[in-house]
Amino acid sequence: MAKLEIDYCGVKFRNPIVTASGTFGFGYEYNEYAPLNEYGGFAAKGLTRQPRGGNAAPRIIETASGILNSVGLQNPGVEVFCDYIMPDIAEQFDTNVIANMSGNTIEEYAEMAEMLSETDAAIIEMNISCPNVKHGGMAFGTDAAVVEELTKEVKKKCKKPLVVKLSPNVTSVTEIAKAAESGGADGLSLINTLMGMKIDINTRRPMLANNTGGLSGPAIKPVAIRMVHEVYNAVKIPLIGMGGVMSGADVIEFMIAGARLVALGTGLFTKPDMIFDVKRDILAYMERFKVDDINDIVGTLELN
Amino acid sequence: MKKTYKCKLTLKTELCPGIWDYVVDAPEIAKEAKIGQFLHIACGGGTLLRRPISICDVGERFVRFAFQVKGEGTKLLAKYEVGDEIDIMGPLGNGFKTTPGEKAVVIGGGIGVFPILRLARETDSAVFLGFRSKELVVMEDDYNEANKNVTICTDDGSYGYDGFAIAAMGEYLLENKVDVIYCCGPKPMLKAVKQIAEYRKIPCQLSLEERMGCGIGACLTCVCETKNEGMAKYKQVCTCGPVFDAKEVVL
Repeated sequence: MAKLEIDYCGVKFRNPIVTASGTFGFGYEYNEYAPLNEYGGFAAKGLTRQPRGGNAAPRIIETASGILNSVGLQNPGVEVFCDYIMPDIAEQFDTNVIANMSGNTIEEYAEMAEMLSETDAAIIEMNISCPNVKHGGMAFGTDAAVVEELTKEVKKKCKKPLVVKLSPNVTSVTEIAKAAESGGADGLSLINTLMGMKIDINTRRPMLANNTGGLSGPAIKPVAIRMVHEVYNAVKIPLIGMGGVMSGADVIEFMIAGARLVALGTGLFTKPDMIFDVKRDILAYMERFKVDDINDIVGTLELN
Repeated sequence: MKKTYKCKLTLKTELCPGIWDYVVDAPEIAKEAKIGQFLHIACGGGTLLRRPISICDVGERFVRFAFQVKGEGTKLLAKYEVGDEIDIMGPLGNGFKTTPGEKAVVIGGGIGVFPILRLARETDSAVFLGFRSKELVVMEDDYNEANKNVTICTDDGSYGYDGFAIAAMGEYLLENKVDVIYCCGPKPMLKAVKQIAEYRKIPCQLSLEERMGCGIGACLTCVCETKNEGMAKYKQVCTCGPVFDAKEVVL
């Protein structure tokens, strides 16, 4: 039997398949379609320091080979997660949890990392695509110096592996990746959604209540693959790849580009039990190419 | 374990231009389906998002649903032919909560008449169905078979009661005492029914619709606004609804 187990930041994953934050709730709903122990782990819904109600509807609209969403980080807040949700998940499910957090200030991020460090979450993922209140609302993730400082400060309080989630909405993703690595990040995940808009030409208004939203799905996969490839060659820390994964072949593609873990996201909306097919396809690929250990695929891209 | 089903399309009827009535062979779904629940249907053609469509009726093996062609997804869904398999998740969501012995008003408008057929059949009720005009009246025979007290209304007066279904319901409520109002229809109708129900202090349940992602409560995209604060300000239409207590929601 081919070996699917993989180590990520010192945490053992039974296979390289995880989920993208925001697409998977806190795991309960998808557990009804495929047991959570089928996955290597899952990323929980993005948390903020205080509970958030999120944006008005419509929050989602389909586009060519993709979807735009603008949920606005609706979540019960980090305290509810630490006190009630995470203990319950740990009791009910045998899988790694990646806790995802978003902050308004560096202090808020650091405080949340400290709180999440006391839980059973395996990894803390830091979403840096949020507006930086002190810097006029410009996203943390777009300024390399800010990313380095933020990562450094959060690392001081973080007792779990810290993964920085990179935004593709930047001039140079490798520059931001290097800044996070310099700041002490243990790993990187990419890509977050690409900012987009869809207009209803009958009303001449955006289809999303929030006007703009994040594009995900197969439409963004080539961008994600390119960025994973570039970042893999720019840093030493391990990567979680994501963006439009619909099949086992897509997971393999991300791993060849350099990802150690690969997240399912939008594809789950089409096929909530896609994990079964994805795993079967990965095993078939390994058999076909005589790969005994999934680790041997990571970063094996040969350029033309 | 829940799953998605490949359901064979056994009957396909165009009720009026752009409105399709489908019957699929889906014994597992038929067995489970409660009134007001919905199906999450993959429309094919490379679409990613399933489309939420309310269940109209069920039998031993069959599930019936109807939809209007509105965008890319429903356009593709309308292309299925009898014998084709359709990928369906369901039944999903919370349906109408009925109480034995109650006296009800069942009111629907446009394509909102489909999800409430079983209410008309299974409750002691007066039924008001609103359409814009005579050409758009659908399901009249089904409703007359299901219930003895059905009023078809047209906005332009071209058929049946001359005016909005809510006006016909208003007249009925002047003479009759009811325990509950069940409604599915366009937003203006839902709003009006909610107002009337609150004014008359009649419990009321509304079936809502919203653009949807996962359909199972995880992605938090298909929300409706409620009177709550914080995280609970917006609730998922897919799992907290699609049927809500009218008092709870802000329309």
